[in-house]
Amino acid sequence: MLRQNQRRFKFDWFTIILFLLLVGFGYVNILSASHIGEITSYFDTSQLYGKHLIFIGLTFLLIILILSFEAKFYERFASIIYLIAILALIGLFVFGKDVNGARSWYGIGSMTIQPSEFAKFATALAVAKYISDLQTNMQTLKDQIRVAAIIFIPAILILLQNDAGSTIVYLAFFFVFYREGLQQIYLVSALSLIALAVLTLKFGILISVVATTTALITRYFLRKKKRASIFQYLLVLIVSILFSYGVKLFYDHGLKTHQQNRISLWLRLEKDPVKLELMKKREAYNLIQSEQAISSGGWTGKGFLEGTRTTGKFVPEQHTDYIFSTVGEEWGFLGSSIVVILFITLIIRILYLSESQKSQFSRVYGYGVASIFFIHFTINTGMVMGLIPTVGIPLPFFSYGGSGLWGFTILLFIFIKLDSNKINEW
Amino acid sequence: MRKLLLLISAILVGLVFIARLFYLQVYSGSTYDLFEDSAILKEYTYPKRGYVYDRNGKLLVANQPSYDVMVIPREVKPLDSTDLHEFCKLLNITPEAYQRKLTRATNYSPRLPSPFVPQLSKSDYAVLQEKMRKYEGFYIQKRSLRSYQTTIGANVLGDIGEVNRSIIRKQPYYKLGDLIGKQGVEKTYETTLRGVKGIKFIQKDRFNKNIGPYKNGVFDTLPKPGKDITITIDSQLQAYGELLMKNKRGGIVAIEPGSGEILAMVSGPSYNPNLLVGRNRSKNFTKLYRDSIAKPLFDRGLQAMYPPGSPFKTLNALIALQENVVSTADRFTCNMGYRYGNRIMGCHAHKSPVNMNIGIYESCNAYFANVYRRIIDKYDSPAKGMDIWSNHIKSFGLGDFLGNDLSVGQPGKVPSAETYNRGYGKNKWYTTFTISNAIGQGEVLATPIQLANMAAAIGNRGYYYTPHIIKHIEEDTIPAAYTTPKYTTIEKKHFDPVVQGMFDVYNKGTAKMLQVKGIEICGKTGTAENFAIIDSVKTQLTDHSIFVAFAPKDNPKIAIAVFVENGYFGSRFAGRMASLMIEQYIRGEITRPDMENFVLRYSLEHEYEKPYSNAPFGINRQTTLEPIDEDEFQESLRIKAEITKS
Repeated sequence: MLRQNQRRFKFDWFTIILFLLLVGFGYVNILSASHIGEITSYFDTSQLYGKHLIFIGLTFLLIILILSFEAKFYERFASIIYLIAILALIGLFVFGKDVNGARSWYGIGSMTIQPSEFAKFATALAVAKYISDLQTNMQTLKDQIRVAAIIFIPAILILLQNDAGSTIVYLAFFFVFYREGLQQIYLVSALSLIALAVLTLKFGILISVVATTTALITRYFLRKKKRASIFQYLLVLIVSILFSYGVKLFYDHGLKTHQQNRISLWLRLEKDPVKLELMKKREAYNLIQSEQAISSGGWTGKGFLEGTRTTGKFVPEQHTDYIFSTVGEEWGFLGSSIVVILFITLIIRILYLSESQKSQFSRVYGYGVASIFFIHFTINTGMVMGLIPTVGIPLPFFSYGGSGLWGFTILLFIFIKLDSNKINEW
Repeated sequence: MRKLLLLISAILVGLVFIARLFYLQVYSGSTYDLFEDSAILKEYTYPKRGYVYDRNGKLLVANQPSYDVMVIPREVKPLDSTDLHEFCKLLNITPEAYQRKLTRATNYSPRLPSPFVPQLSKSDYAVLQEKMRKYEGFYIQKRSLRSYQTTIGANVLGDIGEVNRSIIRKQPYYKLGDLIGKQGVEKTYETTLRGVKGIKFIQKDRFNKNIGPYKNGVFDTLPKPGKDITITIDSQLQAYGELLMKNKRGGIVAIEPGSGEILAMVSGPSYNPNLLVGRNRSKNFTKLYRDSIAKPLFDRGLQAMYPPGSPFKTLNALIALQENVVSTADRFTCNMGYRYGNRIMGCHAHKSPVNMNIGIYESCNAYFANVYRRIIDKYDSPAKGMDIWSNHIKSFGLGDFLGNDLSVGQPGKVPSAETYNRGYGKNKWYTTFTISNAIGQGEVLATPIQLANMAAAIGNRGYYYTPHIIKHIEEDTIPAAYTTPKYTTIEKKHFDPVVQGMFDVYNKGTAKMLQVKGIEICGKTGTAENFAIIDSVKTQLTDHSIFVAFAPKDNPKIAIAVFVENGYFGSRFAGRMASLMIEQYIRGEITRPDMENFVLRYSLEHEYEKPYSNAPFGINRQTTLEPIDEDEFQESLRIKAEITKS
């Protein structure tokens, strides 16, 4: 009995408090954003906020369940959990239910479950399991390909279900790989390619080729020692030119019109004011409404349940992907900044804990958790305040929805469980 | 390094986001204003605008409801052909027009209401109202317009019109589409008449649908109705004045000396106030506004500054007595004018020498030139004398806005030593430089209302009440400034000889022909030279006809100033009109039809055409009298009969 109590006390309470704050404040905002008419009771289950409260209640059962397993369980069963998740994703093609054009839901009675939310922690476990294997060396191409396959399988399945937003999340694992020894060149190349893609779309292929050439020539002359052969430079140039063409081709023909427009708005590509207005009306309606709601909050916001744009349901999907706009309107700069700080603190705390892990499995998994939160937070909040093109993914712990909340809770609490066990890891 | 990538990225993202939030919420966001929040619908209830009555309780301005059919295009359900046919018939439009209007409204905004058919007649409204429920997306908006119960007094009553953006910026009470008093009492008593509109704040959703009161209506207010006002105008006298002013340009202002109440305020040419109501307001207003020759919107009774001419002499007589520089018996010779240096200020033929009484009733220029010199030269320097004189003049309300409650006005001009120091240099001028002031020409300018007020002050023997238009406000009192007398700098005892002189103007002087039996009128004629620039040449035009009077001599009931542009000598038009107005007011009927017929029959339109005709023309002694058509004359007589009947 005594031993058990001591052990329970080793959970990282700081992280748990951050979690409780985020979920609690999230509920407050969902209440504001989703209530229809008078609020008779905070537990009114006929309304969305009442349902979400049930989800939160179930979350605590889930937490107890997760913490009651042995820490070793997760490492041992990582592969099986991963397999189940993949099967669940594949099953969607047969049994899935279409919601808003994405086939990513199972309908169980009146409830719906979104397996992609659970595939994240499963993938994180599988990645951790694979990398922490003594045989694995992230510097080798073989292992790089295998570990890439672990994340590509769920990512592609999700993409096929028409949920492009959730696919992007799997890019988070890049941070994990890099931490675990992936060569620098990958990071440099990835950043260069992103820059090149943006350059190509914004200024056209010619300018991007000129820029690439200039960069390569500069590098060539600056690097007097250990200079690579001129052919390698030429190869890089050719690849980047091909990449530019590829990006352009993909943008023009590979993307759906609404995706094209979102990028066009983000990079301010459209110059014709009439077309721009039309595009804004069609694609940026949510964004404009959300920016207006946030802007109208001022220093301290209009107050709980006092947001006129929130009450008037001006921002579509406000209780799900656009929940941060409610924070902006009702709690102002003060409240929004606190939410940003809470998230960043959570991420840094998980990173800190990960680095202090003795087992590589725990560290890699922790890194995966931090990376997934980071990507979700950055993309969702960045989109809601108009810094990033529209990508539909939820804000962890804030957005309405059972699957999302549970997925993130499991993701976090498995790590808390692993962390609590580090004393025993000798 | 590998450990730091995510950490640094996270911190960077946090900082960028907080900066972005600061930019959105603090830097570029203005302070929150409920009225500017497009998520909150502001629904106004307009109170009844106060009525306007004349001094005898006759209703002049009331309200009329106006019904607009409004449409919210996105809520319109397509009508089948029978319904469409019926609806168009009710609205008196063709099905094509229906489509056209609907398209136009949709183009403006599918979500916001647009006027579909404005200002229905009452009978159309009654029929339509019953069936309105059948036509989704259409509704009837009730508005309130002014309804004038009269065709006179446009310059007094004024009008209401839509507020413009600059007013909204200065007075946030008003919202686009609100009506505000633009001229006349509608403008000066705007806040009294309009009341306070009620407001309801309603929370909207993104489909512009109402989803309930904002914060349960804690900010909502009820409308407060506007107050009725009674103005000092005698509508019968006003109507008569406007009739007399027909085909002439000028102003008549009549004041009750015992109270300062304005009995009539005529400006010619005038217009029918009903022109500025409703749908045609802007069209008609533009027409009036653009008439830069007759200037019907220019209130000549209040805004036209003229040299006062001979009536001004009465003030010089009073000042001379007050300053004790002449006695009533002192006599001066006049041989067709007053000579100073090698110049002469001409006068007409009359007996000489002249004392004060004769000086006034004969309007002798030489007498007043002498008197004026004695006033100014009484002191060590002309500058000192000029300032003393100027103060006396100003105590009669000249040279400044009267501080009245009229929407327009002009201060006129009374010179002081400063005026001449500026023109000639300090101490480089003499009394004779300013001698024209003796006879009301020179540097003096006054508006008809100031001259009427001057007459009232003389009639009261030394004080006046600020002329005002408000007589009574519902459940309120009128400002004390209008009920406290203002004293002139002249002692009461000095008024009697001057009043006697003005009485003798009627008995044996320049207005002998204008006598009205049984009414003791005191008056003073005036004839003022005036000039116009025609083809860049300064050209003299026919003199202005001026008359200032009050009656009866003791305890006067009416003081009046009449100004007729290019009417030639004072008694010709202005004098007749003044006598007629006085008799109409005091007796209620006219015993001098000859005078009335003269004024009604003769037009001055030909005088006003002279500067624009390009033809050579004569003035003053060569001027002619041109009668109007017999039909028009008979029409005037008929109007006259109607006025007296009511």
